[in-house]
Amino acid sequence: MNSDVFAPWEDPQAKPLIQFQNVTKRFGDFTAIDNLSLDIFEKEFFALLGPSGCGKTTMMRMLAGFETPTEGHIMLGGQDIDPIPPNKRAVNMMFQSYALFPHLSIWENIAFGLRRDNMPKRDLEDRVEEMLRLTRLTQFARRKPHQISGGQRQRVALARSLAKAPKLLLLDEPLGALDKKLRQDTQFELMDIQEKTGTTFVIVTHDQEEAMTVASRVAVMDQGQLMQVATPDRIYENPNSVYVADFIGDVNIIEGRATANGEDTYQIDWAEGQAPLTATSAKGFARGQACHLAIRPEKVTISADRPADAINAVQGKVHDIAYLGNLSTYHVELPNGTIIKAQTANTRRISRRSFTWEDPVWLSWTATAAVLLAD
Amino acid sequence: MRRAFLIAVPYVWLLALFLVPFFIVLKISLSDIALAIPPYTPTLDFSQGWSGIKDFFSQLDLENYVWLTEDDLYWKAYLSSVKIALISTFLTLLVGYPIAYGMARAPAEWRPTLMMLVILPFWTSFLIRVYAWMGILSNEGYLNQLLLWTGLISTPLTILNTNTAVYIGIVYTYLPFMILPIYSALERMDESLIEAAEDLGCSRVQAFWLVTIPLSRPGIIAGCFLVMIPVIGEFVIPSLLGGSGTLMIGKVLWEEFFSNRDWPVASAVAVVLLLILVIPIVLFQRNQQKQTEAEQ
Repeated sequence: MNSDVFAPWEDPQAKPLIQFQNVTKRFGDFTAIDNLSLDIFEKEFFALLGPSGCGKTTMMRMLAGFETPTEGHIMLGGQDIDPIPPNKRAVNMMFQSYALFPHLSIWENIAFGLRRDNMPKRDLEDRVEEMLRLTRLTQFARRKPHQISGGQRQRVALARSLAKAPKLLLLDEPLGALDKKLRQDTQFELMDIQEKTGTTFVIVTHDQEEAMTVASRVAVMDQGQLMQVATPDRIYENPNSVYVADFIGDVNIIEGRATANGEDTYQIDWAEGQAPLTATSAKGFARGQACHLAIRPEKVTISADRPADAINAVQGKVHDIAYLGNLSTYHVELPNGTIIKAQTANTRRISRRSFTWEDPVWLSWTATAAVLLAD
Repeated sequence: MRRAFLIAVPYVWLLALFLVPFFIVLKISLSDIALAIPPYTPTLDFSQGWSGIKDFFSQLDLENYVWLTEDDLYWKAYLSSVKIALISTFLTLLVGYPIAYGMARAPAEWRPTLMMLVILPFWTSFLIRVYAWMGILSNEGYLNQLLLWTGLISTPLTILNTNTAVYIGIVYTYLPFMILPIYSALERMDESLIEAAEDLGCSRVQAFWLVTIPLSRPGIIAGCFLVMIPVIGEFVIPSLLGGSGTLMIGKVLWEEFFSNRDWPVASAVAVVLLLILVIPIVLFQRNQQKQTEAEQ
């Protein structure tokens, strides 16, 4: 790997900024976080991704100090922070509701945390002005939160939480209240600001696209456990479980039984009367072991005739077409009723589309396109 | 037509129930006391025609208002009423705020019950509740019996017929008017604001002073006015629980009216009281208006 690439998690010498050490959190009978260990490094933009109720918000609240672990410890810069109350932690949080103080102006909102540190007046003013510039809010400084737009409020919340230059910034669904277009712009803005300030960001989101866009690493969570922690491309291309494959993006899952037929190559018998599929996998599978084959729709090629050199090819007819403008997703029904999705870029005008409903088509993909999963 | 009718309804209401009685009282306050029925003169006599009306107006004068400034009883009573109202409003706030805060922080399923408990005293007559306090606060009352029994005191405390009893009575009676507006302000408050304040370096106490109090200010102001305005003119509590030393304008008014049968002076007292009350009422209206504007 290129040494310029930011990847402290690859470096065994690197000291993590945050360490979850076998952390468990229970609320009554409910286990929100189940014996979880995780390292987050300095300057990382780390995303906690999962459905609602998976425990990601609890993780964040434990980092902020609003909850304490039932078991285990959380270390920040090598120090156990469990007994430290929220107001004494070098951690700031940007709340999902923004939690801007409605009775204070934008300027005073940003200055709020600095005033608590009894910062000298000049330094305080400079810092607030700097934050206003960073988030392009200078002209709104005198307004009250209810006098500005949602996107501006989001930036005030960010400026306020960054003002104290925390070691760690927590963002709880920071873009949840914005509309899609604004959200996309803001994602890049967030990345810029994170890079400029060099602060470690931990973001909680249920939006996988958002997590993939902004984060250096993504942790996919389910029911209080980490399913996979990896860079966005590895999460997408090499999911370690059906859950992760299914949660991130669109995927075709084919159940079958694997049989080795070469080095790291497996033959998958998956349906009566269908030719076996071929897939490569570095993981070993026993003969006849139940497996799942995960194939991304964009890696499936759709064609009128059987491609001569395709390793995996199945025939079916077009059941449905989802037209997204730039892309079209074809839902192809195989003779046994299985639906396989294939995605193509719409490089031609729609009137010249090659396939339409009920057309017989062939789907094909290479041996390396699919990921073979055990469960 | 429909529009005019809709606007007319509140105006007729105001005219019939506020302005007409006010002008009757104002008219009596400008009259002179007389041994007659009604006990004042002049009375308006329409049978005399225009000259009768002219005659009536020529007899009205500001004598009673001048009298109010001459006898120091009246301004002392006004001053003492305002003082008692201010102190008791402050005491009601001290007692009411923690209760409202506790209610707003209670689990959501408890809140209707707590609200019910606050409103429950209204189901009994106000007069009976004040009489009940006489039973509690008198020298042989429950409070003294309890204190004697626990050994905290050896001789009964004299509470009834003092200003202390008046304060207790006012705080007890007007507490719901303080609690409800503060509760509604606190209940609407986003809990995450407190967390945000703590996250930015506030202790719990600082967060309370810097966030909770400013955000509940409209409720505090509304509650204070709702208590203070009626307390200035309060009559029942000082006359039942207060002693001879308790000077309140409501009591003076009552005595002028029923003991002295001096309706004109009593009316003058009432008109001046109204003028005193107009100031806080206007301030209160302003506060309400500002609040509605802020919410929009």
